[in-house]
Amino acid sequence: MFEITGKKELAPHIKWIEVKAPHVARAAKAGQFVVLRLHDRGERIPLTLFRWDKEKGTIELVFQEVGKTTYELGTYNVGDKIRDIVGPLGMPTHVENFGTAVIVSGGVGAPIGYAVTKALKEAGNYVITIAGFRSKEFVILEDEFKKVSDELLITTDDGSYVRKGFTTDVLKELIDSGKKIDFVFTVGPVIMMKIVADITKKYGIKTYASLNPIMVDGTGMCGACRVTVGGEIKFACVDGPDFDAHQVDFDELMMRLTEYRDEEKIALEKYLKEVQ
Amino acid sequence: MPKQIRKKRIKVPEQDPEARIHNFNEVALGYTFELAIEEASRCLQCPQNFAPCIKGCPVDVNIPGFIRKILERDIKGALEIIQETNSLPGITGRVCPQEEQCEMNCVMGKLGDKINIGKLERFVADYARKQGIMSEIKMAPKNGKKVAIVGSGPAGLTAAADLVKMGYEVTIYEALHEPGGVLVYGIPEFRLPKEIVRYEVKYLQMLGVKFETNAVIGKTKTLYELLDEYDAVFLGTGAGTPKFLNLPGVNLKGIYSANEFLTRINLMKAFKFPEYDTPIKKGKRLAVIGAGNVAMDAARSALRVGYEEVYIVYRRTREFMTAREEEIAHAEEEGVKFMFLVSPTGFIGDENGHVRVLKLIMNELGEPDESGRRRPRPIPGTEFGLEVDAVVFAIGQKPNKVLYQEVPELKVTKWGTLVVDDKYRTTMKGVFAGGDAVRGEATVVLAMGDGKKAAKAIDEYIKTGEWPAKIKPQNF
Ligand SMILES: Cc1cc2nc3c(=O)[nH]c(=O)nc-3n(C[C@H](O)[C@H](O)[C@H](O)COP(=O)(O)OP(=O)(O)OC[C@H]3O[C@@H](n4cnc5c(N)ncnc54)[C@H](O)[C@@H]3O)c2cc1C
Ligand SMILES: Cc1cc2nc3c(=O)[nH]c(=O)nc-3n(C[C@H](O)[C@H](O)[C@H](O)COP(=O)(O)OP(=O)(O)OC[C@H]3O[C@@H](n4cnc5c(N)ncnc54)[C@H](O)[C@@H]3O)c2cc1C
Ligand code: SF4
Ligand code: SF4
Ligand code: FES
Repeated sequence: MFEITGKKELAPHIKWIEVKAPHVARAAKAGQFVVLRLHDRGERIPLTLFRWDKEKGTIELVFQEVGKTTYELGTYNVGDKIRDIVGPLGMPTHVENFGTAVIVSGGVGAPIGYAVTKALKEAGNYVITIAGFRSKEFVILEDEFKKVSDELLITTDDGSYVRKGFTTDVLKELIDSGKKIDFVFTVGPVIMMKIVADITKKYGIKTYASLNPIMVDGTGMCGACRVTVGGEIKFACVDGPDFDAHQVDFDELMMRLTEYRDEEKIALEKYLKEVQ
Repeated sequence: MPKQIRKKRIKVPEQDPEARIHNFNEVALGYTFELAIEEASRCLQCPQNFAPCIKGCPVDVNIPGFIRKILERDIKGALEIIQETNSLPGITGRVCPQEEQCEMNCVMGKLGDKINIGKLERFVADYARKQGIMSEIKMAPKNGKKVAIVGSGPAGLTAAADLVKMGYEVTIYEALHEPGGVLVYGIPEFRLPKEIVRYEVKYLQMLGVKFETNAVIGKTKTLYELLDEYDAVFLGTGAGTPKFLNLPGVNLKGIYSANEFLTRINLMKAFKFPEYDTPIKKGKRLAVIGAGNVAMDAARSALRVGYEEVYIVYRRTREFMTAREEEIAHAEEEGVKFMFLVSPTGFIGDENGHVRVLKLIMNELGEPDESGRRRPRPIPGTEFGLEVDAVVFAIGQKPNKVLYQEVPELKVTKWGTLVVDDKYRTTMKGVFAGGDAVRGEATVVLAMGDGKKAAKAIDEYIKTGEWPAKIKPQNF
């Protein structure tokens, strides 16, 4: 059992929690994730490690309420316990001093990309963060990103904060301005990652994407998380979650993410009815 | 007076096929005390040094010995005899391929039906469990030495049981949230009730074995860290990574590995969705590719979650199927349909990316391959399509590399299995391995046998500190 030691709402339906999980904190590296199960009837879901503290033995997670499990997790408060947390899982993001690194994140991709951004900064890169949100009220982690970025470029879909537009527009402008970019890391909605990959491919910029397929065990045992990379079947939980974005079949990933749409709806509706 | 010989096996009560495909309760109900005695009385009590049944058992259970105890109505005695060499009889009695092992050469086979050794073994274990009967446990005094076991499948559980009895402090690290390995996530409830696995785990806990679930060695802790903390390490990490055929459309929705399909259903209880949170896709028609135990389990589970028509699609012929006879018979009784001499060539999906057609081609049998089985050869021009709502791949598994992908000292074979010698020593000092991790996909009882022999070798190593300069690979 893993106790929640901190909780905050960052934006509507986006929550931050801190959990006591020393076994994960001691080994965590940027880009890795955990799989958790709330209780005996729970589903196993993956969430990225946002931050961790080896001394305190805590990990921090940021999640968006999208379905039954994340909604239910959103009702857990400080003192409540999560039944199972396993991790850290996945290969850590490959971090080195590339020169200038750009992180392109959309929505809750921001917290997922945070640890990598910080690691890239610590490795000596000049770090430019492009973070896109739906509108002003969904902007999260601005201060945190400021601390680990040399430049922070925020954009909102509706223009209610800083500037109007998509992250991919900002990325294009950045490239067109003649800035030399050595490495791009992207995380967020699949469609955004796909467009990022299309753009950087044209310019031959090395790009990695953090993929988020459906997972069950997270240890390479089930193949639910399989993705096609360079024509080969890869398991995102053990071979990834980061892959060379120019090799990823994003259309297939988008398609596979909808596998349980009907069941997810049933589960969420049943849950919301029960708690009301 | 000469003993009267009963040729026919005493039938094991079973759930009716019509009823059982709508539930996950156990299919074979097991002998009652009276039926067990009747079956036991058929055994000819061959002398222990000759009995062919014992020779066929990978862990040398003294079969005539425990059967005699049943006849004497001494179940504790029977249990003690079995547990001298087999610590998990409730499990082996259910899942061993007895027809190829203990029962294969049973002398009674010459006169009539062979003795139903598996079901008698199971009876002893079940009766003892229900009545709270336990064999006397001989525990050596604690010796202050520590052993780590990675993986809680039958190999790890058996090694742990033996080592804790020898006086070692034993900790089992398990990646999943529940211990048991394939016994909990793979083999379905209707063949092996999870209650039995839990009972065995509790028993080990009672003996002092510690379980650390949610711990992936290689991630949560490295093998190097374990070697710092423990005097020896045993790897019983199994062969859990599923294989797929990289055919066009293999990643369409509705195409699963047997592991995913079975894990959702068994471990995560998707058959109780939405009472339990993990879903499983339902539909009318499902095809399973493969014909081993795993394939039968997937097919029979599919019927139970509501698929109406379930096909086993196999590239060779009936006699080459590797599943246990009992499983094949049960699958047939339940209405699973078999298609032989066909191989998949691809999948066609609908506009939403969900699989709708499994493309197949007919085969003929050609020359024998390395395994001596005739190799299937596709016949040009015989392609056809089977309409499906889901497909399950049950074409084999390979060892999971999470643990050793960053441990260059550990040598693996070209199949990805760990290299060990006849004492289950790996190429890394202090590290032992057994079960599917060294054999590839094998059986529960072979994994247990490895666990047992490795425990002995670990004891020897810790006492002497001896390690060979070079490991002579054991062939499996
Ligand atoms: C490696 C990885 C890291 C992730 N990190 C984060 C994170 O830090 N913060 C965050 O908010 N989300 C993260 N996600 C996504 C998160 O796992 C899903 O939102 C969550 O599983 C949804 O569960 P649910 O029951 O609430 O919703 P559901 O009703 O199950 O699903 C809603 C949506 O989530 C997707 N989804 C469902 N099950 C899974 C699953 N097991 N794995 C992945 N996606 C799924 C579905 O495609 C669907 O669109 C991550 C996913 C992966 C694979
Ligand atoms: C569906 C199915 C049906 C079967 N039916 C039969 C049958 O009827 N009869 C029979 O005899 N055999 C059967 N088998 C085969 C049998 O189950 C296996 O041979 C046996 O379980 C192997 O035991 P093991 O202890 O080596 O490994 P496993 O049972 O595979 O256990 C390995 C354990 O190690 C854990 N693990 C792996 N890597 C790590 C890591 N890095 N850190 C921590 N933990 C880790 C895994 O999560 C798993 O729990 C079946 C197999 C399957 C899949
Ligand atoms: S362990 Fe398996 S092979 Fe041995 S006697 Fe028992 S059922 Fe037969
Ligand atoms: S071979 Fe058959 S008859 Fe002989 S002891 Fe074994 S079980 Fe009994
Ligand atoms: S989640 Fe099961 S193999 Fe990746």
